[in-house]
Amino acid sequence: MPLALALWYVAGLLVLSVAAIAMRGLPRASAIVYAACGAIAFALLFGAAQRLIAFPDATARLTLPLGLPWIGARFRLDALSCFFLVVINLGAVGACLYAIGYGAHEKEPGRILPFFPAFVAGMNCVVVADDAFTFLVSWEFMSLASWALVLAHHDEAENRRAGFVYIVMASLGATALLLAFGLLAGPSGGYDFATIAATPRPEWLAGLVVVLALVGAGSKAGLAPLHVWLPLAHPAAPSHVSALMSGAMTKVAVYGFIRIVFDLVGPVQLWWSVVMMLLGAGSAVLGVMFAAIERDLKRLLAYSTIENIGVVFTGLGLAMAFKANNIEWAAALAFSAALLHVLNHSLFKSLLFFGAGAVLGATGLRDIEKLGGLIHRMPRSSFAMLGAAMAISALPPLNGFVSEWLLFQAVLVSPALPQWGLKLMTPAVGAALALAAALGAAAFVRMFGIVYLGRPRSPAAIKATETDPWSLAAMFLVLALCLSLGVAPGLVLDAIAPVAHALIGARLPEQSTMAWLTVAPIAEARSSYNGLLVFAFIAISTLTAIEVIHRFGSRAIRRASAWDCGFPNDDPATQYTASSFAQPIRRVFGNIVFSARENVDMPAPGDSRAAHLTVETTDRIWSWIYEPLTGAINRIATSINRLQFLTIRGYLSLVFAALVALLLTVATWR
Amino acid sequence: MALMLDLAAQGAQMSLVLALAPGLLGLTRKIKARLLRRRGPPIVQPYRDLAKLLRKEAVVAENASWLFRSAPYMIFVATWVAASLIPTFATGLIFSWTADLIAITALLGSARFFLALVGMDVGTSFGGIGSSREAMFATLAEPAMIMISFTVALIAGSTQLSSVAEHMLSHLELRVSLGLALFGLIIVALAENARIPVDNPATHLELTMVHEAMILEYSGRHLAVIEMAAALKLLLYVSLAACIFAPWGLAPPGAGPLFWAIGVVAYLFKLLAGGCMLAVFETSIAKMRVFRVPELLGAALMLGFLGVLLLFVSRSL
Repeated sequence: MPLALALWYVAGLLVLSVAAIAMRGLPRASAIVYAACGAIAFALLFGAAQRLIAFPDATARLTLPLGLPWIGARFRLDALSCFFLVVINLGAVGACLYAIGYGAHEKEPGRILPFFPAFVAGMNCVVVADDAFTFLVSWEFMSLASWALVLAHHDEAENRRAGFVYIVMASLGATALLLAFGLLAGPSGGYDFATIAATPRPEWLAGLVVVLALVGAGSKAGLAPLHVWLPLAHPAAPSHVSALMSGAMTKVAVYGFIRIVFDLVGPVQLWWSVVMMLLGAGSAVLGVMFAAIERDLKRLLAYSTIENIGVVFTGLGLAMAFKANNIEWAAALAFSAALLHVLNHSLFKSLLFFGAGAVLGATGLRDIEKLGGLIHRMPRSSFAMLGAAMAISALPPLNGFVSEWLLFQAVLVSPALPQWGLKLMTPAVGAALALAAALGAAAFVRMFGIVYLGRPRSPAAIKATETDPWSLAAMFLVLALCLSLGVAPGLVLDAIAPVAHALIGARLPEQSTMAWLTVAPIAEARSSYNGLLVFAFIAISTLTAIEVIHRFGSRAIRRASAWDCGFPNDDPATQYTASSFAQPIRRVFGNIVFSARENVDMPAPGDSRAAHLTVETTDRIWSWIYEPLTGAINRIATSINRLQFLTIRGYLSLVFAALVALLLTVATWR
Repeated sequence: MALMLDLAAQGAQMSLVLALAPGLLGLTRKIKARLLRRRGPPIVQPYRDLAKLLRKEAVVAENASWLFRSAPYMIFVATWVAASLIPTFATGLIFSWTADLIAITALLGSARFFLALVGMDVGTSFGGIGSSREAMFATLAEPAMIMISFTVALIAGSTQLSSVAEHMLSHLELRVSLGLALFGLIIVALAENARIPVDNPATHLELTMVHEAMILEYSGRHLAVIEMAAALKLLLYVSLAACIFAPWGLAPPGAGPLFWAIGVVAYLFKLLAGGCMLAVFETSIAKMRVFRVPELLGAALMLGFLGVLLLFVSRSL
């Protein structure tokens, strides 16, 4: 796919977005718009994938007379852009296919249809931008389009608050990126990426740029402590948009960070990697712990996105540590693991949001305490969700395990690092990743067990019906991809190799030459994993076991009421709830992470009112960082507010004082 | 021909673990009973139980889903595949490079995932309590296991168990980190197999139970398959400890049937020793309160972490 064609596709998305406004009244408008959007995204996906495989080392550049007249808009397509185009458009194709069916539920499609293609176009533009101006404009375009989508159901107060927090954090991030690019450009004012990459800069300046990029891209990706908007905004949007925001937009942020740190800013310094690994591992553990106790289905998934972004950033941090020490092969391993996790997470997180949307559409509920037993009423979508839950819990033979495994292999080669601080830190990071993976499995056992298993806990859950065929098609398509990436990860690793080669200077050994699709990142005697054989073993052994048992044992089934130790109770309230399931985890980890407090209100003997147990959990980051910050801003704003009520004399003297101050500044500057 | 022999060896390993697993369980029960001055059931009792359960009809709760009926097979198969990837009598079998120690840990994680899910399927309070506690134990036991794998992998320079066993055979030495890993592995194994002091395998209807609570609704062949998976898991941990810490007698790759025979005999002795030690340990200790268990597992995690840290500091510790 030539670059010009890609830009035509993006232009097509923008045209579609305008056409969607015109088609407002049509009865089948939403199906038409999503189908067209999906077709364009598929063309982009196909083109990018084909280019990544056929011409991995080619870089195409193009300048269009758009934007600022004396600069123009520069675009480029290289291996990194192609990889992220694949990730974004894979998510978009799935979301569009899903939305053809799911969009029919929407009460006001006019609030979503115009923004959806624009959002996809914005994300695509970010990854093909080749100068700071185009990058920032596309970035803001993406942010604003997604903000409009978050506010699609603006009649709920909770969503309005989410939209507000989101726009504040997005502005903060965009400002940080603006400053970062300002520092990158330097005195000569060259804003295109080639000039920026060629300009040498002092170490402190590069460090400052990386910190700003971390704030800018990290806040969009959901890296702690800048994650606070994410669990509010991602669930507020309609489910297919949530899928795209969690699955694709966070990845665009990862792209922005990789582009700045690995490509533009120059040689990697060691302390960056320390910061990255600490933030990444911290986000992973924090995000998954909140996911493990959350009651809102979609917010639970959003917290798990924070975890996975943490895992990706940890991998990037490890890659930076290796690269700073010139151990390129190990850096390529960690970098490839991070990129593979980017792709994997975009797949299974989309699928999980599709499933959550199906539940929401069938029951109107997001509170998992009111769900239950949906496996009987939604058998197909529950099967897909079971696969997604396994994939995100990093269980073989699905895809989540492969990237997790590669990351562990990267941690295991880190004794090669010469610095003592890193030597002591990397095992701790490895332990944090293992803890996050195990907690993730617990969180998703809880999610699936409470939502789909057991008995329905509300009338809405009893009346649920299976979702529409389009949504199911999207879910099973993504599930198939999760499985194929799990059994044949070597093919994807080979496709990622040119990206690593371009940015790190080394690549993983070629995987497609290995027998039976084995993955061996370093050497086969050292470590290898074969998803295909594990899958085959599991499939063959299962079939054999079932056949043998049914033939030589018994195959009779008798249905009877539940045993439950002889005390079955028909009331669904006697089941374990989501909160009680999370209670042991909250008790073990709660004091440290959530500052969880249990209040028991026990009536005195003889008093017949009911006892109450309330649990308070708080996000300490809110109370430690954001509340003081917003408090300070409020105080400053209140004190400045007095300026609104000055007399005309007062205003004139204020203007005069400002003028004098500015002139003085100019005079001293010269 | 050579390929046929390799495949036969791999098949033999799969059948061997399957055939021996209930025996190990029976042996442990027998020794425990003798230590308590009881006569105890015969060693073959678990085989008889399994045979009996397999022939009975399965009673399934009215609101049980398809997952309830298929999950036992998933639990069993994931455990079986994991158990047959650990070298028992020979290293370097044809499929030994399929999965390394981390992947084996994750396969056990898959089995646990399904086990915890089916605990919640019928919607009883007992099932939920078991699943919830199992999930809590796993959040600490799994990272501990990963850290132990790291310790072993850093010493042997590989996460492949065949390579680890060969390295351990050729570099016999006492290391602090290996000792820590062994302690950690024992704690994890006790917790994962629902043994005393974490859980009591001999009780039903006790509020602190974990494993039995999850499978309370199962009967007939489904129960048999889950019991078989539990027995395989016990065998797996004993073989894992034997493969890493006592790799003597393992037939080297490419060795002939004679070495394999020696390997099988050595493996039987290792299982015997493992069973005896487990029984003695279990009779000499009391069960813990459920919220003390995280402290125990946290200790295992710390032991594994300490082992890794020592190896990052110096390769010779």
